[in-house]
Amino acid sequence: MHRFIPITDTDRAAMLKTIGVNSVDDLFNDVPEDAQYPQINLPPALSEMELMHTLRGLANQNAHAGAYAYFLGAGAYNHFVPATVPHLIFRTEFYTAYTPYQPEISQGTLQTIFEYQSMLCDLTGMDAANASHYDAATAAAEAAVMAINSVRNGNKIIVSPTLHPHYRATMRTYLEGQKIPIVGDENVSMSLDAVLDKHLDNQTAGVLVANPDFLGNVRDLKPIADRVHAAGALLIVSAYPIALGMYQPPSAYDADIVFGEGQALGNALGFGGPYLGIFACKEKYLRRMAGRLIGQTTDTQGRRGFVLTLQAREQHIRREKATSNICTNEALNALAACVYMATLGKQGLRQVAELCYHKAHYAAQEIAKLDGYRVATNEFFNEFVVECPRPVAEINHMLYEKGIIGGYDLSNDYPHFKNGMLLAVTEMNTREQIDTLVKALREM
Amino acid sequence: MTFANVTRFVNASVNASPLLQTMSIVANKPEPLLYEMSNPGAIGYSLPACDVPTTELPNRLLRNDLPLPEVAEVDVVRHFTRLSQKNYCVDLGIYPLGSCTMKYNPKINEEAIRLFGLSQVHPMQTPETAQGALQLMYELQNYLGEISGLPGVTLQPAAGAQGELVGILIIRAYHLARGDSARSEVLIPDSAHGTNPATSAMAGYQVVQVKSDARGNMDLDDLRAKVSNKTAAIMFTNPNTLGLFEEHVREVNQIIHDAGGLVYGDGANLNAIIGIARPGDLGFDVMHTNLHKTFSVPHGGGGPGSGPVMVRADLAQFLPSPIVAKERNTYVFENPAHSIGRIKSFWGNFLALVRAYAYIRSYGKEYLKEIAEVSVLNANYLLALMRETYNPQIPERLCKHEFVLNGTRFKKDFGVSTLDVAKRIIDYGYYPPTIYFPLIVPECLMIEPTETQSKASLDEFADALLKIAEEARTNPQLLRDAPHDTPVTRMDDVKAAREPILRYRPSAA
Repeated sequence: MHRFIPITDTDRAAMLKTIGVNSVDDLFNDVPEDAQYPQINLPPALSEMELMHTLRGLANQNAHAGAYAYFLGAGAYNHFVPATVPHLIFRTEFYTAYTPYQPEISQGTLQTIFEYQSMLCDLTGMDAANASHYDAATAAAEAAVMAINSVRNGNKIIVSPTLHPHYRATMRTYLEGQKIPIVGDENVSMSLDAVLDKHLDNQTAGVLVANPDFLGNVRDLKPIADRVHAAGALLIVSAYPIALGMYQPPSAYDADIVFGEGQALGNALGFGGPYLGIFACKEKYLRRMAGRLIGQTTDTQGRRGFVLTLQAREQHIRREKATSNICTNEALNALAACVYMATLGKQGLRQVAELCYHKAHYAAQEIAKLDGYRVATNEFFNEFVVECPRPVAEINHMLYEKGIIGGYDLSNDYPHFKNGMLLAVTEMNTREQIDTLVKALREM
Repeated sequence: MTFANVTRFVNASVNASPLLQTMSIVANKPEPLLYEMSNPGAIGYSLPACDVPTTELPNRLLRNDLPLPEVAEVDVVRHFTRLSQKNYCVDLGIYPLGSCTMKYNPKINEEAIRLFGLSQVHPMQTPETAQGALQLMYELQNYLGEISGLPGVTLQPAAGAQGELVGILIIRAYHLARGDSARSEVLIPDSAHGTNPATSAMAGYQVVQVKSDARGNMDLDDLRAKVSNKTAAIMFTNPNTLGLFEEHVREVNQIIHDAGGLVYGDGANLNAIIGIARPGDLGFDVMHTNLHKTFSVPHGGGGPGSGPVMVRADLAQFLPSPIVAKERNTYVFENPAHSIGRIKSFWGNFLALVRAYAYIRSYGKEYLKEIAEVSVLNANYLLALMRETYNPQIPERLCKHEFVLNGTRFKKDFGVSTLDVAKRIIDYGYYPPTIYFPLIVPECLMIEPTETQSKASLDEFADALLKIAEEARTNPQLLRDAPHDTPVTRMDDVKAAREPILRYRPSAA
């Protein structure tokens, strides 16, 4: 038997006898005979040592943030992860547990998610947060559906052209079957105000805006919120949780729903996943929210405890009338965010945000001094557009050879930035790395 | 040592050692919320000083207050460690949740995902700088295509439910591409997971329910009555949630195909047949698999998962974009010709893919079928030990990887519900099985031991269940009040839903 299976040949013989059959084959009599035991073309089994050797071989072919200087963001960020995070989330009691359906022996998971929900509310200024979505893109789609279900006469969704291209694409796939039109990004060089001039009306259910937006711009969305609310629609904001360490929360400009990519809160880059879809809203929209919610209650002896609650919104109760089909979510990533926020706390998160801000601005100022380069984002947090003298793909290839992973090439998604590079700087970038990048750009 | 194996010991033995009693007391002690532990000025982190000239902050956009807790590092560690001890988990013992496949999560997989060349790779870096990651994905696509018999594969879906949505959207795209826009219904057996109807509704379809028959198969007469030229697809779980292999699998699929529909396979129960039969050979057109079930990715307290979708070769043109392809010796991202589009950010839950890849390479072609063989052996063995005392829903059939018991008699004879039985199981130091699902079985108890339980552990678990049956007869109140020795007893769910407290507020503490 394989090493992961704790049954011996002797056990098997005894068990078959108890069952009352002669062989394991007899257990599969109901499977059509001609389909049984197909040839499956897989490589041969590996021992633990061989497996690790194979995986190291694959890992060694990838550039990674342990060896390269990263100036790449575009929705995923190389932030510092304190040692508490991996040590605590990879306690076996957390990572090998199931969804906390039996609260008496799941209080660990339940209380941590309740704490996660609480801290997310404090971070965003919203009243309620759920236990997570798959990522920001799917959270965006769920927010759009929620807006359609919450706004009377609302039958279309407006997206800002500077919402992450992956989020916009995902929303379209999700909403395709329900025939909900998504408009606003026909011309991605259009300003948000012009988009609203064109599309905002009393049929609009929700307007999705990122702050900072995909190109790095930070702004006060209050004037936008006023316009959106005047039309009877919901303002749905994609937030970057690290930026919220210093910037006003979306509640300050009266956002109705806040979602975002929570990867930055203690989760590994991991080539894109698993990440964390954060999702929070005003209380009045709570019962239209998708996803799991943890609530506080008491046990038979009056002791405080936590349970999955308001489950009548969910697929296992409501089936085709559920708010979403989501079941499995990103609980362990939410736990990472919880431990991260607990470790950094009130002061630490502010400090991380300010380090990102100062380092990014230093980098932008130095790049702006170079001949042929222009910084094209005015007011930003830690990410900005640089117009380069040559195609970004060429520059990135040369940077790679110097140990640098350059910024995101905007030429496909935003053709008006033909040689536009979206550069991200975090607290992980040292001054030396920034100076090396600037020097390399100068020498291009 | 955590409370669960402690209580198991305490229950099993009259003379628990003082140390074990102490450990149980620690685990059962109420743990304050982080906010209640907050001590202004306490620091749990360290960051380097700013090494660049600073820039003026945009004061008009800044927040005044960030009301997060302030907790010292050691207290953060103790807080979460103490909370962890209030959890049951796979590494403590059997976790027999039916349809959840709570198997052992190999430790080597957790080592693998910590390799910097996997964990610290940015999803937007160019494919030329991430060839190892793309190769792993390419090979995993091929392995899943081989295992399922359906060669078109996407690794993007983040969970089973998302895989279902992708699958149904692919089916929708297939019909529309043929100019067949009148298909508005999806057939779903009454034993199906709740995600199936929810998924169909999200994709814009009406749900039509199909009955089960007395042997636990789909009722073919009902199926024939409900299939029509409006049928886009059937969502078909096989083995089904009664733990039974559909005896007319090919007939069901033929009926759907004859009506012009496609067959979607819910792969939640693939563990029962992996290596033994391939859904693609049985007439399934599209399916998802849950890497966090069959392929040993840990459940993480509710997620993350991963739900790749496999399709017939001619449907690969509709897969979400992008998939990984190989051009000469280079791995690239490629958009299928008539893709349904993107369904999440980036490329999928990559670190879950790494674990599944490691798992498949560990088993290899020689051992893969042992997963199904032993998961079915274990389930039937446990069923044999319990069948005289508890009532199997379909007693005349052998089961696959799980089985379903009907607790109606316990309720009638002893006034003990399935919930009471489940809660009493906790007192014996185990996680209870799935209860009240599938919905077609009253007082349902659904048990899936998986292949990673030893015979001795199954004997012990069966023993506990037989003792509980005896207790139901002699002392039913013991069950109604269970569990007894846990950090909290039964919770007031009604209160939680009626007056929702979903976040910490000082007044509500």
